[in-house]
Amino acid sequence: MATVELRFSALPEHVRTARLVAAAVARRAGVDDAVLDEVRLAVGEACSRAVGLHVGHGLGTPVRVALTEDEKVFRIEVGDDVPQAALGAAQAAPGSGDGTGGDDEVDMGLAVISGLVDDVEVTADERGGLIRMSWPTNPEPLD
Amino acid sequence: MDLSLSTRTVGDRTIVSVGGEIDVYTAPKLREQLVELVNDGSYHLVVDMEGVDFLDSTGLGVLVGGLKRVRAHEGSLRLVCNQERILKIFRITGLTKVFPIHTSVDEAVAATD
Repeated sequence: MATVELRFSALPEHVRTARLVAAAVARRAGVDDAVLDEVRLAVGEACSRAVGLHVGHGLGTPVRVALTEDEKVFRIEVGDDVPQAALGAAQAAPGSGDGTGGDDEVDMGLAVISGLVDDVEVTADERGGLIRMSWPTNPEPLD
Repeated sequence: MDLSLSTRTVGDRTIVSVGGEIDVYTAPKLREQLVELVNDGSYHLVVDMEGVDFLDSTGLGVLVGGLKRVRAHEGSLRLVCNQERILKIFRITGLTKVFPIHTSVDEAVAATD
């Protein structure tokens, strides 16, 4: 079971809350202070992407975030409810390309995550897309 | 922290000072500001990001959109940023090659292509 689980309405204003919670749990788990900015950014990107997908597909269901403190590793999973088949169809459609939202930004978010996080996996579960990320933790967690 | 925006003019340059967090929620506010400036005829923009605490890809998208708009009028969009954590995002997305990034507003204002 995850250490902390978060489900939030797929609205942009709640992404900041997810960032703050993830950073707090990561710090508690012993993720290095120097890496916390990366955790914050990566989870924000993953949640923004999920929110964009839910809004784009007209879904009223929440975005799911699971934060797990394991031995020597801190894991984050961000899940959306968009089936992979639907995602493929959406990505085939042309994006706006002028920063007004849409799939271009979804792709940019993934690019940032891939550039930031060494251990990242973009996959799917029974509900939809899933981004898994992990960071090493210090042997002695901070208080 | 929310997003704060203020503008001032120095010669033919318009300085947009941005503070706080630029993310999926606040980026539309920055987008509106940039679009409004360009619509009002300000084509040489300097975006001062020294007060920015957080920037994500949505913010990058807005800056790229702004660049596209000023370039349509043969204008420029320069950034001012000294914060390593913000610069890192520009580096990993390859956008350091797209935006001129300066260490001070004075330097950005004095810069020519």
